[in-house]
Amino acid sequence: MISLFLLVLGLALVTYLPRVIPLLWLKDLALPAYMKRFLSFIPYAVLASLIFPGVLSSTTTTTSALFGGVVATTLALLRVNLVVVVIGAVFGVYAFQTLL
Amino acid sequence: MATSIQSTSPSSQQSTFRAGLRAGIPVAIGYIPIAIAFGLLAKSFDLPNAITLSMSFFIFAGASQFITVQLLMTGSMYWEIILTTFILNSRHFLMSASLSQRIETTSRKLLATIAFGVTDETFSIASTRKEARSGLFVLGLNTIAFLAWNIGTWIGVFLAFGLPGTLQASMGIALYAMFIGLLVPSLTTRPVFFVASFAIMIQAMLHWGITPFFPISDGIRIIIATVVAAGIGAFVFKEEQVT
Repeated sequence: MISLFLLVLGLALVTYLPRVIPLLWLKDLALPAYMKRFLSFIPYAVLASLIFPGVLSSTTTTTSALFGGVVATTLALLRVNLVVVVIGAVFGVYAFQTLL
Repeated sequence: MATSIQSTSPSSQQSTFRAGLRAGIPVAIGYIPIAIAFGLLAKSFDLPNAITLSMSFFIFAGASQFITVQLLMTGSMYWEIILTTFILNSRHFLMSASLSQRIETTSRKLLATIAFGVTDETFSIASTRKEARSGLFVLGLNTIAFLAWNIGTWIGVFLAFGLPGTLQASMGIALYAMFIGLLVPSLTTRPVFFVASFAIMIQAMLHWGITPFFPISDGIRIIIATVVAAGIGAFVFKEEQVT
């Protein structure tokens, strides 16, 4: 429990640093173009790495997880609100597991 | 500016802050269910309530809180979780850098407070509103988002008792649905599409090609795939706009 709480504080620190350093100290510093592009690709690279293959083992069976992934992708393609994507996928998996 | 005297008067400050609160209502509406899902997910993995609640209070970053719970449950080392979170949140570096150019506030105390509330969603509002030149406006925006995130977490944690097991098991998809919902709309530009594809290919190679022979944890695989894919992207797409 104590070690978990120390982990939370560590996570709070590494989350806060990238948020606060530019606001306080990066106002006038110019990053090299390559670094800027690298940083701008990070969100997409990390999202893709998080989704795959982790999504396949996110529920009790691979098929229900795949179904949830397909529901989420479909809803995301329809450009609905992020909340609808999340709730839709949860209920999609729930329906899949209850009905099949 | 000529209006600087006026904008420092207490009543004007209050109304700027309140305007920020109002601008953050859509974010708050969006956060509550996701925070509830986070509380439920943590609960379903038997994470102590105090830990779940302090994550939302001290970290305040949706995706990394979800992935932290996930990594804890797959038995990752703490340093791997911290490194993954740091890499995951390095995107806020760019957002804060962009905000630092917009915000005219110079109070370092206020800037340091605003920094805590920089998220994908608050940033997207702050970077599309003219009022966001005022630090107090952004503070209001971040405050309502923070409150919604924490209230949602409390609801999730204390609601989980009554939920049927099958629904709790279905919450496992919530994190991935959120990631999919954030990634898919961005895939319309060529560089983003290719970087995301690189990352997935690298992940597949590591997961099925390397891990069976030489075990690498989930956290390290995510870091390798992210850094390599973003690095390739930065080399290959020199001219194109990223977003």
